[in-house]
Amino acid sequence: MPTIHYILKDGSTRSVEAKPGASVMETAIRHNIRGIDAECGGSCSCATCHVYVLEADLPRLPPPDDMEDELLDGTASARAPNSRLSCQITVTLELDGLTVSVPETQV
Amino acid sequence: MARSEPLLIVGASHAGIQLAAAAREQGFDAPILLLGDEPHTPYQRPPLSKGVLTGKTAEDQLALRGPDFYREQGIDLRLGVRVTGLDLATRRLRLEDGGQLDFGWLALATGARCRRLSVPGADLQGVHALRTLDDARAVAAALGASQRACVIGGGFIGLEVAAALSSVGASVTVVESQPRLLARTFPAAMSDYVADAHRRRGVALALGCGVRALHGHQGRVVAVELVDGRRIDCDLVVLGIGVQPNSELAEQAGIACDNGILVDALGRSSAPNVLAIGDVANMALPALPAVPGGPQRARLESIQAANDGARAAATLLVDRPQPLDAVPWFWSEQHELKFQMAGLPAPGDQAVLRGELASDKFTLFYLRDGAVRAAHTVNRPAEHMLARKLIALGARIAPELLADPSADLKPFSTPLGLRADLFHGAPR
Ligand SMILES: Cc1cc2nc3c(=O)[nH]c(=O)nc-3n(C[C@H](O)[C@H](O)[C@H](O)COP(=O)(O)OP(=O)(O)OC[C@H]3O[C@@H](n4cnc5c(N)ncnc54)[C@H](O)[C@@H]3O)c2cc1C
Ligand code: FES
Repeated sequence: MPTIHYILKDGSTRSVEAKPGASVMETAIRHNIRGIDAECGGSCSCATCHVYVLEADLPRLPPPDDMEDELLDGTASARAPNSRLSCQITVTLELDGLTVSVPETQV
Repeated sequence: MARSEPLLIVGASHAGIQLAAAAREQGFDAPILLLGDEPHTPYQRPPLSKGVLTGKTAEDQLALRGPDFYREQGIDLRLGVRVTGLDLATRRLRLEDGGQLDFGWLALATGARCRRLSVPGADLQGVHALRTLDDARAVAAALGASQRACVIGGGFIGLEVAAALSSVGASVTVVESQPRLLARTFPAAMSDYVADAHRRRGVALALGCGVRALHGHQGRVVAVELVDGRRIDCDLVVLGIGVQPNSELAEQAGIACDNGILVDALGRSSAPNVLAIGDVANMALPALPAVPGGPQRARLESIQAANDGARAAATLLVDRPQPLDAVPWFWSEQHELKFQMAGLPAPGDQAVLRGELASDKFTLFYLRDGAVRAAHTVNRPAEHMLARKLIALGARIAPELLADPSADLKPFSTPLGLRADLFHGAPR
């Protein structure tokens, strides 16, 4: 099973095994990763599942679609070039080792 | 210092769980007991009328929190427990199984239940409401065998169900007694847009006509009869005719209620130490920049109201009260349309359209006394997020500018940007 690394607000890292097919957001919720709120449950409506993807991992991800791109403009913590909505990233075997950090705030 | 009286929460869904989580996050360290009468691990409701019916969302994606959350956070979660009585004098709850529980703080997060249809035939087999996971399972199971479905009620849930059912091949008719869809939320132009959007995607609408009876054969529904005599043949009926708050516990205890439990912007009811949050609460609205004409309180049936109300209530538990100050917002998905609503429009607001209805991508802004008070967007998430900021600030933007899709509204969304109203009419 692919492992996803979440860097938390206090700088520590939680590494969890993800189910392929689940989103990076769902994986976080299932493992109680603090700092990912996901109020809309993954329907790309709330922007409270914002994460920063490790720069080196960016090329492994398909780019955001228009809807995600637009919503990223409204994140509570500043948007950066490596900002993504974790509900829109589906875990695959190829994403093993993906590292994301949670932002300062989601609301 | 956290006040160390134990917290008892009735209702283990969006509001109750957010309160427990927010209380812990904010440092509340007394015992938390969370009671819910449903048997399932607490789950999200919004997908029930969307992805769950189409099979896009699996049940194991619905959990509100991971399985270890409750233990890790020291939250004692008890499911399948129904509270039947509340005694304020002794601060004691009565349970259906005869047990009793004492509380220090009590939070009522009992939500709402679907209204039932009061016409002959309403209890036939094949007639469903949609509130719980069990309801969604029942509708999904019935859908497999269904050719023709009739959705009674053209509100958000009814329309989401109609979209979901039609996307998996059922032929669907929506019956709405009002002459237009979503009449409580949307002005006529938006209602007409929504009606057209559904018709274009194959959903039939019967507007402005109530239901007289449901007809059955061998106990199963076979048709819906309208007041004007029309008959809609169907083998599945889903009701989406609104909800009523589960406020009986509070009412019987003498707590002030009026369409829900009346609470202030911290979730405080008329009884000491008794809070109410989520769909059951009729909550004072945040004091956003004062613009006259808006409602003072509302019972909002939304995830946002449940979450933000719970967060505000949690601040009270740790003695750092911070009243609710969030802009109300809500989303809905129908077909491939994402609706996002922010703020609460009022009659008489000036509606300003940005974009084209026909493009399925636009925002309808609502101005009151020149300030942005609400916005309804379709497939425009960035404009929705921006609108939330504009509403929070009470930004004043000239209607011509709002209506011009090429005009940049972002400068208005910072406190400094408020000064931009000084430059109305200046060349950009
Ligand atoms: C199908 C559907 C789709 C929705 N879609 C959206 C959407 O897209 N966007 C949005 O913002 N909102 C949506 N909503 C609304 C949203 O789900 C509600 O606003 C939210 O669930 C309210 O949370 P709550 O905790 O206040 O109440 P509820 O979720 O109703 O939970 C209350 C819980 O308390 C339990 N309870 C009640 N009485 C007792 C008792 N006496 N003892 C023990 N337990 C009790 C109930 O069984 C229930 O489990 C949707 C709702 C439904 C039903
Ligand atoms: S969970 Fe709401 S946008 Fe990702």
